[in-house]
Amino acid sequence: MERDCFQILSQPFDVAQISAKRKQIRRSLLSRVVTTPLRVAILGGATTAELASILDLFLLREGFEAVFYESEYGRFYEEAVVDNQRLKEFNPDVTVVHTTSRNILHFPDTAEEKSSVEEKLELEVARFRSIWEALSTRIGCVVVQNNFDPPSYRILGNSDTVADYGRTNFINRLNLRFAEYAATRTGLFINDLSYLASVVGLKDWYEQSYWFSYKLAIGPTANVFVAESLANILRAAYGKTRKCLVLDLDNTLWGGVIGDDGVGNLCLGNETPRGEAYVAFQQYCRELKNRGILLAVCSKNDLQTAKEGFSHPDSILRLEDFAAFEANWEPKPQSLERIAKALNLGLDSLVFVDDNPAEREIVAAQLPMVAVPDIGDDPAGFVEILDRQGYFEALRLSIEDTERTELYAKDRQREAAAGQFKSYDEYLESLEMQAEIDSFNPFYIDRIAQLTNKTNQFNLTTRRYTAAQLRAMAGDNEHVTLYGRLKDKFGDNGVISVIAGEIKEFELHILLWLMSCRVLKRGMEVAMMDALAHECMRRQLKAIHGYYLKTARNDMVSNHYGDLGFSLVSRSEDASVWRLDLARGYEDRCKFIEVARFASINA
Amino acid sequence: MPVSTLEKLQPIFQDVLDNPNLRIDRSSSALTVPGWDSLAHINLVVAIEHEFKIKFALGELEDLKDVGEMVDLMERKMNSKR
Repeated sequence: MERDCFQILSQPFDVAQISAKRKQIRRSLLSRVVTTPLRVAILGGATTAELASILDLFLLREGFEAVFYESEYGRFYEEAVVDNQRLKEFNPDVTVVHTTSRNILHFPDTAEEKSSVEEKLELEVARFRSIWEALSTRIGCVVVQNNFDPPSYRILGNSDTVADYGRTNFINRLNLRFAEYAATRTGLFINDLSYLASVVGLKDWYEQSYWFSYKLAIGPTANVFVAESLANILRAAYGKTRKCLVLDLDNTLWGGVIGDDGVGNLCLGNETPRGEAYVAFQQYCRELKNRGILLAVCSKNDLQTAKEGFSHPDSILRLEDFAAFEANWEPKPQSLERIAKALNLGLDSLVFVDDNPAEREIVAAQLPMVAVPDIGDDPAGFVEILDRQGYFEALRLSIEDTERTELYAKDRQREAAAGQFKSYDEYLESLEMQAEIDSFNPFYIDRIAQLTNKTNQFNLTTRRYTAAQLRAMAGDNEHVTLYGRLKDKFGDNGVISVIAGEIKEFELHILLWLMSCRVLKRGMEVAMMDALAHECMRRQLKAIHGYYLKTARNDMVSNHYGDLGFSLVSRSEDASVWRLDLARGYEDRCKFIEVARFASINA
Repeated sequence: MPVSTLEKLQPIFQDVLDNPNLRIDRSSSALTVPGWDSLAHINLVVAIEHEFKIKFALGELEDLKDVGEMVDLMERKMNSKR
């Protein structure tokens, strides 16, 4: 439950879970979030207890511990406009007018005269205006007003939206009038029920059995969406809206790994469906930037390589669009902290988008105040998943209530999480990694060849071999070959590392050592080293010789053999030679990966 | 043996009524179970409808006198779906 309480309150919602575990979620949030009090009045057009109970959770998620006032059943109008001592004494910071199209009193009749429909429209607008004005003058609080959801049925069918007297038409015009009014007022916000109903779908929006049985104007699913939306509005109203979108690069802003594939081979552009989806996601990010959201990069890459990506002709985003750019091989939580510092923002202003679940996990665990949406790994879904979270509500506000300095205080960051990792080792341990390391075998030769021919960064020699050559090495006694496949609790990374060497006079000379950057900093290279040493000793070899051949891309492994305990034999401008003596044995160093051979892991 | 409907209801009641030690039986009802108020009732219905993928028709729940009758109703609904 510790980490789940944030996830459970993120789309896609499991409404049954939220309903059943409301109290447990609440306790869990209270233990993890530093809160400020918020007094919320709900003036309802139907029952409101259900909404209040769910809104309570979403407000807690945003750091508000709410106290609620609920109007008597359906008396939203009377309790606002009549001098209401009980509401005054409650002294709300915020009043939510929770009405729906069930509360429209003056719907036109079929075939009603145009002028008479207009009168009804004015009457309805005036009724709600008097509510807002009374609340603003008498109570002086922020007001959030629902606009109207579409009707559950259409007497005129599609013409319901065309005819003056159609209910759909009437509701659409009312919504426009609400919008026009709200645009000129500070402290009045519209909760866009009309859009939310589209997102949920009318079938789940109206659950008539809950209306007839319990007088819930909208169903339990709709309630959760409305609560989330209200919490988003209030977070923004109190200046806590997110301000910076931090983006991973490889397979987030473009398809492919720039360090391996090169900028020319990235999947980006309208030639392929995937390439087009990445363009669409970049376009969305660009639009956010244009309305004032800061963009930043947080990528595991060499800085120069990472920047090259934005020279791609189909890249919508350009280098100058980014307010901060962190491309390095450090753990991402550190990079995010640097971004926040550079931009002078709190970590609670950041939203972190990465296609890699392991990166999302470590950021969510180490920096619980950073929003980390589960964006998935399919670029087709990125825009909507991100947009639905409502991180970037745009509001202007000048009502003094909302400027209370304590609400702006920067030190209300969420407490260190119970689930947080105390060290990087602990994180590695939590990944529950299992490796399969063994000599090349026919099942994997194609993948081994593919990896050998496209890996550029973690590649000691950058030698290329055909599948036939690799197969030949595996079959003779003069070579030692190893592949590594890594699984963790997020799934199977497949074959991600390759070593091959030739034996001369009982010593091994490494021809090939490479690894996919997807599994960098997992200790996989150490697991490979252990396996290599064991294999060499099994074959009674006395030493291993390692070679580093410098290229434009493989600087990250320039000290690879030094890190693994080899001694430097010689070094020149563009190469170095290393040696590990096995005569005195070898001590295993791999700590966090459980290693097995071919057959066992597939059993 | 498959888990009985009553046993599948236990965790839902424990969660909604926020009492991990709660054990309901066929004779339990809103009158005998502490905390089973109208809001808890709605939460129970939402959780049960989603969890068991059934829908209660209007009036069906009002007529029940205890959990036993609800279990019977749920089983009738689940069987008729099959």
